[in-house]
Amino acid sequence: MFGFIYMPVEVSTAQYTVFGLVVMVALGAGLAAILYFASRVFKVDTDPRVEKILEVLPNANCGACGFGGCVAYAEALVTKGLAANLCAPGRAAVAAKIAAIMGATVEAKEPEVAVVHCGGDNKVAVHDADYYGIQTCVAANVAGLNSPKGCLFGCLGLGDCARACPFNAMVMGEDGLPLVIESACVACKKCVAACPRNIIEIHQKKSFVHVLCKSHDAGRDVLKVCKVGCIACKKCEKVCPADAIHVINNLAVIDYAKCTSCGKCVKECPQSIIVNLRQVREEVDKLYEPAAKEA
Amino acid sequence: MEYFKLVVAAIFVSNFILAQFLGLCPFIGVSKRTDSAIGMGVAVVFVMVLASFVTYIVYWKLLYMPFNIGVDAREYLNIVVFILVIAALVQFVEMVLQKSMPGLYRALGIYLPLITTNCAVLGVTQLNIGRFGSHSFLSGLLGSTLNGFASGIGFFMALLLMSAIRERLDEADIPLPFKGVPIAFIVACSMALAFLGFSGMV
Repeated sequence: MFGFIYMPVEVSTAQYTVFGLVVMVALGAGLAAILYFASRVFKVDTDPRVEKILEVLPNANCGACGFGGCVAYAEALVTKGLAANLCAPGRAAVAAKIAAIMGATVEAKEPEVAVVHCGGDNKVAVHDADYYGIQTCVAANVAGLNSPKGCLFGCLGLGDCARACPFNAMVMGEDGLPLVIESACVACKKCVAACPRNIIEIHQKKSFVHVLCKSHDAGRDVLKVCKVGCIACKKCEKVCPADAIHVINNLAVIDYAKCTSCGKCVKECPQSIIVNLRQVREEVDKLYEPAAKEA
Repeated sequence: MEYFKLVVAAIFVSNFILAQFLGLCPFIGVSKRTDSAIGMGVAVVFVMVLASFVTYIVYWKLLYMPFNIGVDAREYLNIVVFILVIAALVQFVEMVLQKSMPGLYRALGIYLPLITTNCAVLGVTQLNIGRFGSHSFLSGLLGSTLNGFASGIGFFMALLLMSAIRERLDEADIPLPFKGVPIAFIVACSMALAFLGFSGMV
């Protein structure tokens, strides 16, 4: 480190400076030349379409397409020839542009939206215990039987999903249930992953009728903890003209491929847990959309 | 035996992060998740081995012998030259990997170019010179490369331990002012204290 103390006396500071400059310039030039030729020799032919697609994509890296990010999706598009309509935030416009780049016609993806499959807000769900732990759903879920609500399947109401939403499309309503702002939701599935009780699902926007309960408990037990829980009475099953709703494991489940959103089960359900969300969504949109846009 | 001691010393006794406090930026920055810590750790081992090997050769063959015209450039030029050489080397290796080993290239990902100018990498080359400068060329070269590898492993281990702890800390009940980086600093301190127990072992 103190080598310069032992410099030979006949070499002046100027000589050291010049020598340093010469070495650095030569080294820099040499390395630059090596790198230049290396970049020619080891050139990897990337498809120019990848870059073009990347320019079109929103570059939000939200992962809704199922890939690690926009770059990964663009590469998969070119190399594996995937469908061009997987980008949820980009919606139809981006899908069309990608299709144009790939030289293929692609139908726009049916728009989707997150649906919270729980109707047990603070008014109707039995408040079983006070929870003073860490205020996240993940932590409350680990606490298990000590969770605030009696129902072990329902929403914990601590807002993990709303915090996970990168598009401000989820808010915690006054009654302790998350509300989805349809116009802002791009179905990126972040909330689906965030919910420890798996009550949020992604469905097509054109499906309006949903079962807002996830409880597999027997009817008797459901009634003890929630006024709006599925009691597996099978009335919906009988009234459905399209054979689209079935009670499976004590819970009514809609087969969205068959459901026509006719609303007959909505009227029939004694617990009013089957809901037509058309109006609800419009109301939530009106209430919260300005806020979502500002944020 | 000498080399065994060297490895133990580099991994535990003078661990790069916990004893020498070099390379702290990735230690805090990339230790949030275990998988990214593994990516970074492997990249560091890789770059440290390469850098140790190449800079030792540069030190003796480029800065000393061919230019022995009364000017000894080893002392006053080595830091700038090493940085330049390491940066170019990593760029070069990245190109080669992308062409010939796309799997490894993808596994190292963004961490390979990220680690290029890390102080731990420059640090290991400087320490190599200090430690093996008086050895014969070949044994010094072997020692440097081994030291680079072991130092990288030490770095990897500290990063991995830290990331595992931090993943648990995320779920732990920590007072609000300590959440996130503050508690990570405290944990890093305790880890460094624990590693102090290795001092004097080799």
